[in-house]
Amino acid sequence: MSLFILTAAACIFIAAFGYSYYYSRNQILTDVEKNAEIITIATVSKIEIVLNGVEKVPSYLARSLESSKPALPELQKRIIDLLQTNPEIFGSAVAYEPYAFDEKSLYSAPYICRGKYGGLVPSFLGSDEYQYFFLDWYQIPKELGKPVWSEPYFDEGAGNIVMSTYSAPFYSYKDGKKVFTGIVTADISLEWLMETIKKISSHQSSYSFLISRNGVFVSHPNKDYIMRESIFSIAEANNDSGLREIGRDMIRGGKGFVTMKNHFAGQKSWMYYAPLPSLGWSIGVVFPEDRLFAGISKLGVIIIAIGGAGFLALLVVIIAISGTITKPLRILADKAGEIARGNLEVEVPRVSSHDEVAALSNSFHDMKVALKEYICNLAETTAAKERIESELKIARTIQMSFLPKRFPPFPDKEEFEIFAALEPAKEVGGDLYDFFLIDEEHVFFSIGDVSGKGVPAALFMAVTKTLMKGICSQAVFPSMALETVNQELCKDNDSSMFVTVFCGILNFKTGELLFANAGHNLPVLISSDGEVRWLESPPGFFLGIMEDAQFETSRMSLAPGDTLFLYTDGVTEAMNTRQEFFSDQTLIETIAGCPDQRTPEALIDCVLKAVKAFTVEEPQSDDITMLALHYRGRGARTGSTLK
Amino acid sequence: MVKYRVIIAILSFLCLLPAFAAAVELRSMTFLPQWLPQAQFAGYYVAFEKGFYREHGIDLKILKGGPDFPAAEMLGKKRTDFTTMFLSEAIQQRGKKINLVNIGQLMQRSGFILVAKKGSGISKPSDLQNKKVSMWPNFQVQPRAFFRKYGIEVKSVSQGATVNLFLRGGVDAASAMWYNEYHTIINAGINEDELTTFFFDRYGLNFPEDGIYVLKETYARDRKLCCKFVRASLAGWTYAFENPDEATDIVMKYIKEAHAGGNRVHQRWMLARMKDLMQPVDPKIPLGALSGKDYETVAGELQKSGLIREILPFGEFYAPCLE
Repeated sequence: MSLFILTAAACIFIAAFGYSYYYSRNQILTDVEKNAEIITIATVSKIEIVLNGVEKVPSYLARSLESSKPALPELQKRIIDLLQTNPEIFGSAVAYEPYAFDEKSLYSAPYICRGKYGGLVPSFLGSDEYQYFFLDWYQIPKELGKPVWSEPYFDEGAGNIVMSTYSAPFYSYKDGKKVFTGIVTADISLEWLMETIKKISSHQSSYSFLISRNGVFVSHPNKDYIMRESIFSIAEANNDSGLREIGRDMIRGGKGFVTMKNHFAGQKSWMYYAPLPSLGWSIGVVFPEDRLFAGISKLGVIIIAIGGAGFLALLVVIIAISGTITKPLRILADKAGEIARGNLEVEVPRVSSHDEVAALSNSFHDMKVALKEYICNLAETTAAKERIESELKIARTIQMSFLPKRFPPFPDKEEFEIFAALEPAKEVGGDLYDFFLIDEEHVFFSIGDVSGKGVPAALFMAVTKTLMKGICSQAVFPSMALETVNQELCKDNDSSMFVTVFCGILNFKTGELLFANAGHNLPVLISSDGEVRWLESPPGFFLGIMEDAQFETSRMSLAPGDTLFLYTDGVTEAMNTRQEFFSDQTLIETIAGCPDQRTPEALIDCVLKAVKAFTVEEPQSDDITMLALHYRGRGARTGSTLK
Repeated sequence: MVKYRVIIAILSFLCLLPAFAAAVELRSMTFLPQWLPQAQFAGYYVAFEKGFYREHGIDLKILKGGPDFPAAEMLGKKRTDFTTMFLSEAIQQRGKKINLVNIGQLMQRSGFILVAKKGSGISKPSDLQNKKVSMWPNFQVQPRAFFRKYGIEVKSVSQGATVNLFLRGGVDAASAMWYNEYHTIINAGINEDELTTFFFDRYGLNFPEDGIYVLKETYARDRKLCCKFVRASLAGWTYAFENPDEATDIVMKYIKEAHAGGNRVHQRWMLARMKDLMQPVDPKIPLGALSGKDYETVAGELQKSGLIREILPFGEFYAPCLE
């Protein structure tokens, strides 16, 4: 983390530093170039004014010689005039073509120059040793047909100074033809030029030099270069083709600002160059790079020092800050671990600052408090739930205790056998069954199912069961019993609960069966001959809804060997995992398939097993209640005994 | 004691005797290079500086050469014992009754060329037709023979001491020595690929240049000594080619003493070209020997130009030292 921040800061610093260095460097170069250009151009124009002034003098004399051919004294006088009026000219000659001035003379070239003591010294050029016709100052303007400045040369006569000669050709006209006649020269010392060039120094460490048209150094701080080396010989000696190209551009009159390799000025340097148009020579101003960039180099060192110190400071600050940030975080992490292991008594450190760490710490604290509260609530709720469940269990036990559970209930009655079972669902349900003897000939039996589930259903079932017991023990017709029970149930039934009931009274002496149905599932009758069918009964309304509901009593006679099977919808509506009902049809088939249809307990057991096999693991959602009554008839036991 | 001193004195004298004898054997001679000091004569300066002449029994004095001291004249007036000259110049001087002989032909090939700017449309001999060509007044035999050979008419201009007329465009082609002016042109900013050169030796006009000359009488009197001079000079040249930097330093020293022009790079170039030009065309001919064929070519062209009347027999002109 610290490393990342430092690296990022370093990158930003380096980028900023690099850009600033690059920008300053370019700015300096631009300034230096501009400065050098201004100063060089100023110097060039100053030199040009002088040179142009010098050029005019011999040109004027040359033109005058085209229209007149003075005698020698007159010619010499003109040369003297020229020198006297133009102090910058050291010497001047008028050199004629062979025999052009004097038909008898091969050489005709009066020359006058300044003597050592300020006087003018006349002489004549031309001898077998000094055939001026073949010299540059004569030949080049002659062949080119225009005035030219010569290459610089050392003049021993003038005290071994560097000079250059301006030569202007002049012509005569014979028969309309222009004929080259001779040359007028003006020699000038280049000392002043060299001084002027030396003074070009826009920058304290810069120096300037001058090269001739041939690239020869005319002026240079290194005296050994002057008139001996050329820019091309320096390039060749150092195998620097770039310098050669620069030199070529210089002597062609180009201008530019270029870099120079180490060998040129003893170190890497920059050069501005511009031409001296009259002479065709070129001026170069050289700036050593280290001096040029000394300012920014120093600045660079300072910036790097400041940057380095800044980095150290930044490092210290980062370590300190990250310490203060991570210390509470580490403590928090430890505490959170303890909380995760279940210790809610851990004290979360409180941070007094107002940053994110404090917020996180406070959140942890709040979370711990909330967790504690939640767990406390959960414990209370669980306790309450357990109490309710235990109470429900008791209620269930009480509810179940209402139902007759002793089998066989009437061991002394041989005419019939009765068995019932209630397989309770997990939740308290509202199923009920009952049977009792009304008198010595009649037995009452019933099965019912209260709507809904839970404690209300259980209580409603208890009420129904109690009412049925009280009312039906005196009833003659089941329908009348149901009507009375209905009226009682309807009273103050604000919760609109209801119950389906099937009940019957069997005269077990005669086999006469009276029965009535209040919206309950049709019972199954298993004839003594093995036929299994629904026991048809008139429909009736549930108990507990309509106070004036009427019920019908049906009558039939049971034959000895017949079995009546009653059940609640917990049987037919038992569901398997595929959400399919057990169904009425399956019930009929199951009963028909049961091996012992005459023993109620075996029959009920058979059906219960079938239901369980059907539902497999699907939890039971409703009470399953079954009641079976097998009628043997009078003396059946004897009969059977006889068998 | 006196007795001993005498013996010691006698013994000392006997010990010093061979040194005296050696000093007595050295012969004082003079040598005049045909021009101002430059690498064209590097071998002689190097042989002198390295003591090769002394080793060969010659106490040599190198005279100052240059335009004021024409070699043939100086030899003829016996102002020098040895000098160097172009073969063609020597043949002409012999014709003018300076009784000289060639004792060593060091430069086997002609360094004389014509050079032109490609920009003026010159790339083959015929392109020189009607062009302005500058020629040195004293070195016109070879170029004129060349023009004759190709049937070319040129406008000739006398060439002075510099090539500036050519550089400024005053002439289309100029005479140049490959080892000298050609490099001056290069060093004035013109690239080699911008120039067309005509090497005369490649056009069948090989005029071997610098050779060593003595008067016939000197040779007749001191044949051994003359040949020692040639051998010492050749040793100097060999040393110079093997140690070009040292040789250039030696040449530069002479140049400065003579207040002559020229920079190191130029002398270095010249020395390298001298090495090229001293290689014999015919590998069978040893370094420093004059071939009869070259002699005939040069003398024949001189005769055609009317500069000599008759061709001297080769044996009269050449006094071989090296065979």
